[in-house]
Amino acid sequence: MSIETQLHDTASSQEPIIDVKNLQTAFFTDKETILAVDGVSFAIRPGQTVGIVGESGSGKSVTARSIMRLIESPGRILEGSSIRFTRTGTVQTFATKFDGQVVDVTKLENEYSPAQLLEDPSVDATPQEFDCDHVSEVSLADVLASGYADDLGIIDEDDCVFVTGGTPQNPTDGFVEITRVSGEAKRLMRGGRIGMIFQDPLTSLNPVYTVGNQIKESLRLHQGLRGREATEEAANLLEAVGIPDARRRVEEYPHEFSGGMRQRAVIAMALACEPEVLICDEPTTALDVTIQAQILELLADIQEERDLAIVFITHDMGVIANVTDKVNVMYAGEIIETAGVERLFENPKHPYTRGLLESIPGSQTGEKLRTIDGNVPTPTEPATDCRFAPRCPKEFDECTQIHPELVPVDGEDEDHVTACLLYPEDRSTPQAVEYHQRQARGGEDR
Amino acid sequence: MSQDAIHPETDVETAGSPEEDVMVEVRNLKTYYGGDKPGPFGGRPVRAVDGVTFDIRRGETLGLVGESGCGKTTLGRTLIQLENATDGTIRFDGTDITTLNGYELKQWRRNAQMVFQDPDSSLNDRMTVGEIVREPLDVHEWGTPRERRQRVRDLLDTVGLQREHYYRYPHQFSGGQRQRIGIARTLALEPEFIVLDEPVSALDVSVQAEVINLLEELQDDFGLTYLFIAHDLSVVRHICDRVAVMYLGNIMELGPTEELFSDPANPYTHSLLSAIPEPDPTSDAERITLHGTPPNPRYPPDGCPFSTRCPARIRPPGYDDLDDEVWQAITTLEEILRERMRADRSIKDRVRGMLGLETRYSTIDEIYDEAFGDVRVPSRIEPTLDDVAEHVSANNESDALEVLKEEFSGACQKQKPEYYTVSNSGRRSYCHRHDPEYRSPEQTLDDRHR
Ligand code: SF4
Ligand code: SF4
Repeated sequence: MSIETQLHDTASSQEPIIDVKNLQTAFFTDKETILAVDGVSFAIRPGQTVGIVGESGSGKSVTARSIMRLIESPGRILEGSSIRFTRTGTVQTFATKFDGQVVDVTKLENEYSPAQLLEDPSVDATPQEFDCDHVSEVSLADVLASGYADDLGIIDEDDCVFVTGGTPQNPTDGFVEITRVSGEAKRLMRGGRIGMIFQDPLTSLNPVYTVGNQIKESLRLHQGLRGREATEEAANLLEAVGIPDARRRVEEYPHEFSGGMRQRAVIAMALACEPEVLICDEPTTALDVTIQAQILELLADIQEERDLAIVFITHDMGVIANVTDKVNVMYAGEIIETAGVERLFENPKHPYTRGLLESIPGSQTGEKLRTIDGNVPTPTEPATDCRFAPRCPKEFDECTQIHPELVPVDGEDEDHVTACLLYPEDRSTPQAVEYHQRQARGGEDR
Repeated sequence: MSQDAIHPETDVETAGSPEEDVMVEVRNLKTYYGGDKPGPFGGRPVRAVDGVTFDIRRGETLGLVGESGCGKTTLGRTLIQLENATDGTIRFDGTDITTLNGYELKQWRRNAQMVFQDPDSSLNDRMTVGEIVREPLDVHEWGTPRERRQRVRDLLDTVGLQREHYYRYPHQFSGGQRQRIGIARTLALEPEFIVLDEPVSALDVSVQAEVINLLEELQDDFGLTYLFIAHDLSVVRHICDRVAVMYLGNIMELGPTEELFSDPANPYTHSLLSAIPEPDPTSDAERITLHGTPPNPRYPPDGCPFSTRCPARIRPPGYDDLDDEVWQAITTLEEILRERMRADRSIKDRVRGMLGLETRYSTIDEIYDEAFGDVRVPSRIEPTLDDVAEHVSANNESDALEVLKEEFSGACQKQKPEYYTVSNSGRRSYCHRHDPEYRSPEQTLDDRHR
């Protein structure tokens, strides 16, 4: 079993609602290809807040935008990436609504085998791309959903609902593949199932419509409410997000709101769609601390009330410590450490995570602040080394020749993994290095 | 804790030791905007800085913190005369610079410079790094052109850039390096005093640390005096010797950094510090969440500037028995009414109201419902609330507020506090609660919020 899937099983008893697998998002310019997100995998669960922390250029925002399918040309989510919305209720809704875009995986399994597809010269993939060690572990759904088999004509380009249990009419298992949704299905997914809050609330608010009208529009689209009923519900939502005198403010324009109130209005708008997942991209970075505290409190309340899954993206370790359950630290397009929040702060392992925590002023007493020399590099080639090596105080020869894989810090516990050749820490460095090499090849180690 | 009242206009800042070397003396400084033109807003200036008094000592870093709109940036800009003071004095080594003009001002400016938050917008992208750093030297006709070039190269060296960077353009550099360019330019004329306006807030943490280290080195090497404006309190805690906490144009508390952070005296300082998320997931520090937003500096409250949001506000005598919940509801009611009064109602709206058509204003019942919810209202205050309701129904929010104020105002809303010295270091705090007549801020916050 691969690291990723084991992680999912042990981290929480709750099933994931979104499963991000090997996400790769690149931007193509005349000069170069920027691998902004380079093979990121993690799961999002109801009631849980997953943090993604990193500096500018780490790929954290592109990850969020990829999940929302907000990547625009010259950017693109690459083949091999898969973002699965796995809640059964949603799969059923989508299978009914978009019955022409359903893939009956069970049926196809009688005709095709993953091994046979992977051998086809037009399919450019190895088991490792599916976080699998051996071809026998790869499922047909994996190969089809990630787009490798599109050229073979097995499924259509706009197929996006994959049924792996039950029938297409009544699925009991499966997922909606977010990287493949388009048109109406995309609209229903974005906003309807996944809401997003950005750093600048004005990007989500239209200056020429009243706040109330914008919320009502969402209510009409996603809940079918109109007229008086919609007005009433819009006011209720504004009240629910702590906007005083909501009945009056419903009729005001975004510019009449303060920064904190605007962010509340955006949250109300997101809630109007009754999402199951909320993606927050630096939602409090532009706000003052006292207002930030209000918004964080509000998000926590809403999460508890609605059992929302939240992805929280920020550069602020203080915010991460306060709001998240589980943290992914990103560097140059990759996740380089994942752990429960308490574990991460108490016992950070990757030299970058350590450096990041140590460079927070106030966390150190000495005269001089610890720094990490240099800048986050822009990844343009698939990694064949450790991307942090040029800045790493612990760097050694192999770091520039071998790409570290995410491995358990202590060799066993999948709840705390890091991508550094010094780990697992129970091995000597040469042994650990060998372990990483084996992992990269598909490891017979375990 | 000594609690001798000190009056702001007179003998403040006398508590320090005699050997302390004061460089800048600010007394009762005010910077207002607007208010000189006729028209609906003409009569009411924005009181960005509303009477502040403090000293800056030679060689120290004084931090200036507060939320956006508190006046900290205006204060910084006024100190180096990028803005004109409305009232009060700023003495640099004895000279009142608010009276300088023309040539004198230009000469004096060499002494006092500013580093801006955003290295991107403060550097002209069409000039080379060398030209940018040399510009102040050119303006002040410093030395010969050759000497200027040499000086620029030395400066690049000083801030950790390469001499070869002279001919490059700012966009070829990272954020941290661009901030270094800005710092090199600031140093060109060898100022003694530098206002740093959020110099690292646009930078990533790891880069931020480098720039902070550089600023500290430069201070040691050149004996610089800094006014460090920031909203990020962890940076302030690291770099500043003393800190002034501002709210709505006033200094609420000023004192040595460590002391102020570990044992805040003013309720606002308490609230601000408790709002910062600590990078420690196990911390269970109880957070004081402030309600609402700071008032409009055009309409500051009559009494204490913080009185509309203060979690430790003094309640009027005779109402000691009201629950915190009821007070919270009354505050919400006030907030709604104040908000309403300020929102300009469109003509259309007024007409609709007059014609008895549906307006966007919810009825007083709905407002009460929102403010009080299921809070039990003691019968004692019901007559007052009925009175308020009547005024609101007549669309007369200001009379409604007047009634509330008459009935429920305590010392905080009625009188401006004074500055009290709250520790042996001479730390001052602007709050009625340091008067022994009242419970201390700390005890009040403990009782009400923990
Ligand atoms: S792999 Fe090497 S360079 Fe990379 S973080 Fe680990 S020690 Fe540092
Ligand atoms: S004077 Fe009153 S309102 Fe102002 S800070 Fe003190 S307790 Fe709060």
